[in-house]
Amino acid sequence: MKTSILIGTVAAGALAAGLAGAGTLDDVKAKGFVQCGVTTGLAGFAFTDDAGDWHGFDVALCRAVAGAVFGDANAVKFTPTTGKTRFTALASGEIDVLARNTTWTLSRDVDLGFDFLAVNYYDGQGFMVPTSLGVSSAKELDGATVCIQTGTTTELNLADFFRVNGMSYEPLPIETNSEAQQNYLAGACDVYTTDASGLAATKATFENPDDHMVLPEIISKEPLGPLVREGDEKWGDVVKWTYFALLTAEEYGVTAANVDEMIANPPNPDVARMLGVEGNMGEMLGLPADFGAHAIKAGGNYGEIFEAYLTPLGISRGLNKLYTEGGLQYAPPFR
Amino acid sequence: MATTEAADPRFAKGDRPEPSFRIEMLWTDARYRSLFLQIIAFILLMLAVGWLVNNTIQNLGRLGKDFNFGFLFTEANYDINQRLISYDSQSPNWQAALVGILNTLLVAAMGCIACTVIGVIAGVLRLSKNWVVSKLMLVYIEAVRNVPVLLQILLWYAVFIEALPKPSAFRAKADAEPEATLWFDMIAATNRGFYLPRPVFEQGMTLVGLTVLASIVLLFVFNWARKNYQNAYGAEMPGAMIALAMLFAPVAGLAIVSLLFPVALIEGGLAQIPANLGAAIGAQEFALLAKAAGAVLVGALIGLVLWRAPISSMRVLILFLPGVAVYYLLGEPMTWIYPELKGFNFMAGDDAAIYARNSLMALWLALSVYTGAFVAEIVRGGIVAIPKGQTEAAAALGLRANRIMSLVILPQALRVIIPPQISQYLNLTKNSSLAIAVGYMDATGTLGGITLNQTGREMECILLLMAFYLAISLTISAVINWFNERVKLKER
Repeated sequence: MKTSILIGTVAAGALAAGLAGAGTLDDVKAKGFVQCGVTTGLAGFAFTDDAGDWHGFDVALCRAVAGAVFGDANAVKFTPTTGKTRFTALASGEIDVLARNTTWTLSRDVDLGFDFLAVNYYDGQGFMVPTSLGVSSAKELDGATVCIQTGTTTELNLADFFRVNGMSYEPLPIETNSEAQQNYLAGACDVYTTDASGLAATKATFENPDDHMVLPEIISKEPLGPLVREGDEKWGDVVKWTYFALLTAEEYGVTAANVDEMIANPPNPDVARMLGVEGNMGEMLGLPADFGAHAIKAGGNYGEIFEAYLTPLGISRGLNKLYTEGGLQYAPPFR
Repeated sequence: MATTEAADPRFAKGDRPEPSFRIEMLWTDARYRSLFLQIIAFILLMLAVGWLVNNTIQNLGRLGKDFNFGFLFTEANYDINQRLISYDSQSPNWQAALVGILNTLLVAAMGCIACTVIGVIAGVLRLSKNWVVSKLMLVYIEAVRNVPVLLQILLWYAVFIEALPKPSAFRAKADAEPEATLWFDMIAATNRGFYLPRPVFEQGMTLVGLTVLASIVLLFVFNWARKNYQNAYGAEMPGAMIALAMLFAPVAGLAIVSLLFPVALIEGGLAQIPANLGAAIGAQEFALLAKAAGAVLVGALIGLVLWRAPISSMRVLILFLPGVAVYYLLGEPMTWIYPELKGFNFMAGDDAAIYARNSLMALWLALSVYTGAFVAEIVRGGIVAIPKGQTEAAAALGLRANRIMSLVILPQALRVIIPPQISQYLNLTKNSSLAIAVGYMDATGTLGGITLNQTGREMECILLLMAFYLAISLTISAVINWFNERVKLKER
């Protein structure tokens, strides 16, 4: 008797486990918020204010997705992840989307089983040194101690860079950006290496930013972007097109301030479809028709977000200008 | 009841019909019940395991992942700072895992030794009659025991990186003395770690080593001889005989070594002795006379000193005298490489100073001090467990305090101390997995950290890691249990 009840319970449990995770978009809608993975704290990209609210370039993307799905930029919860924990967090379903300065690589896309959706920041790996070190090029770093965040592509690039150039170095592996900062400032390492944007962001928070310099060499391509689990195309499409909406908005001058005006009087058919005035783009994605408008209202278009969080740190648009201005940011048409 | 049953003809053997097995007897009959329950428990356990495995396979399948260990043989692509075996970023992942495992074993072994030393000292001092000393130990034990070990590791590390000078501070400036200097001109304590002098063994050092080995053998012989003398004559061996043994020790050590090992093996070390002696004493014509006089003089001096010296100091002499004598006779065949600043750092490597990184030092100290507090309590408990009467009885026999401790109290206390000590060693070893907090590349940092992260093989890496910690824990338990079997009270 008892045995059969138990077996039944176990079987039911297994069945329930199998049914969960039918589709992230439905799950997200059911629970009423987006669970977004961000960094544990990196100035400009993801940080908390005095009230404990998250802000930043990556955070803004999460808020835009929440705006697109729920029409509410605050229908989002944040999970701080380290370079080591981020993929496990995403693979296990603890978070719905990872927007955490994550480099798009083949092995992550294919072998780890994730889907990179877009590149929201074109970056490259650089080196930061104290000016007092008297070094002007990364080629002069033979024998230096290098602070490095573990579990990142920068760790692999670093090994390649020094090997190819026939130099030796002493890696000082570190878990988070703030620990790296502490070690670097104490002089426990000569050099801190990570994505150039991260270096600029970190440097901006120093007491004396002018005592430090970023070396001219950029040793890798680091296309950073949001990602979701593979086989989750519907949800991936939502995040992807939310991001494209932000880009398209910048291209056609739609801002958080004038979006209502634009809805009333769209300047061109592309904007009209994106804002849900024409066509059924939202329906195709499984979202409300005006998802684009809400995504933009959440924090402004791509340019506004960049301006708000990264420009104050002294980071220039560079490769991240729109294609119309000679950059790489390009959104496919809303059609 | 038993008598009634025996008397009752119905219960007589043979007459009673074998009761046929009925299904409810499985839970009503004591004979079947225990077995039946165990079978059920076993089935349930297997079901749970099966469900877990099945669930894992299903979920991995849904994520599009398979389960294989092929990643162990692909390039690791990352560098590791502290490596006890040769490794570079082109080595396979299994080698990276091995580097991490050896690092874990290194810090665990260092920690187990240090925590025992700290614990025994603190535990004995905790029982000191000196109020200040015993209260100081109380403060140490209670403070350290009740603060999470992770915080202590971070604290040690922070102290090292913030308080110690940077390597560049050791560099002499054009117009000023360097801000920092080596300790004793030998040790560089920097905020990246400690650089210790590395010994370099030159020709003849083998001979010194062999002499020390021979001395250890000699020490056992000496102990055995003393015991025999005591048993035969009921008194301590006379000082004169011991002094004789002392004089004999270096000569015997050398003789044993020269007889046992061919000259080729000892790298021509013996050939250097006459030359060095000659150089030390001076002109050749005085050599013979001086040698003889010197030998007699030294012998007499040693004999004089040892006549009434305590036994323990004699053991030390037996252990070290021959080795030291041979070392100097061969012209000091060992030199040191001192830390040398070059470029960004002090030089490290096989032909430079020994580099003990701050991550290792912080982890080692924190684990030792933390676990040492627990060991101190165990040691104190072990000593307190021996009744006071034992001490008083030993004192009444005229034993001195240190001999009471070493001959009466400790041998009994050890039996109480060793079993709980096992779990402290296990704790320390497992706590060493907190290493990543200070960037120490142990097994958790390499196999369970970077390799896991770069390959995305969570399941495989974590399983391997668990297997490693399980194996190491079981090994430690087995070794100490074996030791415990040897020292525990033999019951006959």
